[in-house]
Amino acid sequence: MHLDAVLLSRLQFAFVVAFHFLLPAFTIGLASYIAVLEGLHLFTKKPIYLRISNFWIKIFAVSFGMGVVSGIVMPFQFGTNWSRYSDMVGDVVAPLMAYEGLTAFFLEAGFLGVLLFGRKLVPSWAHFLAALMVAIGTLFSTFWILVVNSWMHTPNGFSMVNGRFYPFDWLEVIWNPSFPFRFMHTVTAVYLTTAFTVIGVAAHYLRRGRFVAESKVMLVMGLGLATVLVPAQALLGDLHGLNTLHYQPQKLAAIEGLWETRGNQSMVLFAIPDEAAEANHAAIEIPGLASLYLAHSIEGRVLGLRDFPKEDRPPVIVVFYAFRIMLAMWGLMMLITVWSWWLGLKRRLYETHLFLRVCNYAIPVGFVAVTAGWVTTEAGRQPWVVYGFLRTADAVTPNLSSGDVTISLVMYALVYAFVFGAGLYYLFKLVGAGPALMEAPELGADKRPARPLSAADAD
Amino acid sequence: MTIDLVPVWTLILGLAVFMYVLLDGFDLGVGILFPFAPDDASRNLMMDSVAPIWDGNETWLILGGIGLFAAFPLAFAIIIPASYFPILVMLLGLIFRGVAFEFRMKAHRARFVWDHAFFWGSLVATFAQGVVLGSFIHGYRVEGRQFAGSMFDWLQPFPLIVGVGLVFGYVLLGATWLVTKTDGKLQHWSRNKARLALYAVALFLIVVSIWTPMLEPRIAQRWFSWPNIVWLAPVPLAATVIAAWLWHSLHSHREGTTFLAAMGLFLTGYLGLAISIWPNIVPHSISLWDAASSTKSQAFLLIGTLFLLPIIVMYTGWSYYVFRGKVRGDAGYH
Repeated sequence: MHLDAVLLSRLQFAFVVAFHFLLPAFTIGLASYIAVLEGLHLFTKKPIYLRISNFWIKIFAVSFGMGVVSGIVMPFQFGTNWSRYSDMVGDVVAPLMAYEGLTAFFLEAGFLGVLLFGRKLVPSWAHFLAALMVAIGTLFSTFWILVVNSWMHTPNGFSMVNGRFYPFDWLEVIWNPSFPFRFMHTVTAVYLTTAFTVIGVAAHYLRRGRFVAESKVMLVMGLGLATVLVPAQALLGDLHGLNTLHYQPQKLAAIEGLWETRGNQSMVLFAIPDEAAEANHAAIEIPGLASLYLAHSIEGRVLGLRDFPKEDRPPVIVVFYAFRIMLAMWGLMMLITVWSWWLGLKRRLYETHLFLRVCNYAIPVGFVAVTAGWVTTEAGRQPWVVYGFLRTADAVTPNLSSGDVTISLVMYALVYAFVFGAGLYYLFKLVGAGPALMEAPELGADKRPARPLSAADAD
Repeated sequence: MTIDLVPVWTLILGLAVFMYVLLDGFDLGVGILFPFAPDDASRNLMMDSVAPIWDGNETWLILGGIGLFAAFPLAFAIIIPASYFPILVMLLGLIFRGVAFEFRMKAHRARFVWDHAFFWGSLVATFAQGVVLGSFIHGYRVEGRQFAGSMFDWLQPFPLIVGVGLVFGYVLLGATWLVTKTDGKLQHWSRNKARLALYAVALFLIVVSIWTPMLEPRIAQRWFSWPNIVWLAPVPLAATVIAAWLWHSLHSHREGTTFLAAMGLFLTGYLGLAISIWPNIVPHSISLWDAASSTKSQAFLLIGTLFLLPIIVMYTGWSYYVFRGKVRGDAGYH
């Protein structure tokens, strides 16, 4: 395969954004979790919620800090590698991205400092308010960046003059057709990512008999959220899928592995899609089921990939498998959730070692699901960068050579591996230290710096 | 309804970029001075003097970058790819020094790693910013709406010279910052370094001021044609006066005015640059108005900016206020 500047630039963008996304995927849910803990502490006055909250605030601080650092890289990617995209689409997407940045900084400036360092400086209701504002702020950031992303999938509210995109109606740009579905699906996904991290960390402690009281609370809270959100995610994902079927049919055909347009479409559980032969090998299928859930009748006609010109098809194998990985992760979450109901009924939730071990090892499920889902939707948009209007190949910076991008990609990879490796090592150390006997850091007389990462000084 | 928002956005963007240069300038300068400090206690003090504010300083870089993209997308689409490698190196340098602040305090055996990361990250990021500035003044090869040069166009004497010049410029800001924020041995040392940096900065300012009009006849005409030469003469004059003021305050052991004077010197340089390239935003081919996004885009973002920017400015001021006074060894950062 010839690696050209377009493909390498895509790989580079995927690399830096995937790395960055892992952090907000965790901190968005964590911010809300901390707000809930702070609220519970405020209203019940039970110190256990405070201990749990202080523990997660430290984890939050390190993760948020790494998220900020990796986020600085993102806006410049559009300029360095996708300058034609920047020129053609900038009028529409750049103000939305700027809102994302402004919101993030407004939040960091105003309330993060109070959350991280202000425990003893402000009354407890104000500390709760700060936690709430940080949580709402992260959701606002999510809102704006998903507006941009959704608009690239289902562009709306713009007019085109000389090949450039101009905003015509900002409300239509913001509330583009896929946005509400994508927003709900993504927020639920990142909440689940946090929930299964909390569950896993609690299980880790329970297996070793450490911080038992705190861990029981964390486990129950995490599983309680999962009880609501894991089933709900199936519904939200289905709605998002139907939205995709309507607006991006070839992506859906790639997700389902459908080549032929017909009624009685099978649900393909597993297969090896062959793009050259336009067929699946070794397929395991359930006849008629895809028609049933996509067109709501067994005879319902669903478009297959052969109906689209080859140059308009997404990379089928990537989309097909990424979707199945995401689904498998959901299955794992559902399994753990249902198992926890059963154990809860039998009052053996905290004692079943196999269950706790599975929970412990399942910490990455949310991260894998979110990344796989993101690959599904983004690879599924190809070959377009703005679906139906601007091809990815036409968006890349002209006279960027493959050598240029190889150098930058290798440098990003090396630096990220080193820096985020160190960050991850430090997160593990924090989890190892656990929630016991921890004092909240403060911005007291010693003028401790109000920075995210320094809130996590354990030694 | 068509209101010309370009002047408003020019001002906002001009402010954001200048704020970035001043604020991150001094903390990058402290990072460059870091390994040369007399002892380990001084190094800890130096780090403490910028630790609480550096990340706030860097937010101006994002606001500047993303503001350029939103208000002048065409300029973003030419300047950023033309600076492909300098920007890559700058971002990686900033990542290294950013995490160095945190990990240095947590590491024991590995502390020397983060000391190096802090110094090299600061140095490389500053030099890269200077190269971006130098190639900006130098101008870009543009065809139609795209950068038409190679990704190594910056590899020329002028951008590299400006890169070295900016290293001394940030060192000057960093050293004068340390004069205000420290006392005793470290202050004495910083004053010496500030003097050396001032000589170097004066030399580079003279070189760049002579070289720039030679690069582009329109710049020469802007400065030297009649009657412009009368109207614009105060800028280099002010630079000279401020440089002399800075030299004097360093020799008369003033504390507060040195940093102020160093910032003043940067302001004259910034004004000089603005006068040279006005009304272009991509020197020397695309004007602010040609690069501007549609009024609808600019107006949409302006609403939020006018609300949020003052709050961010106020918060920045507040965090400097909280952190006022000299840094002490017992500042409790460890």
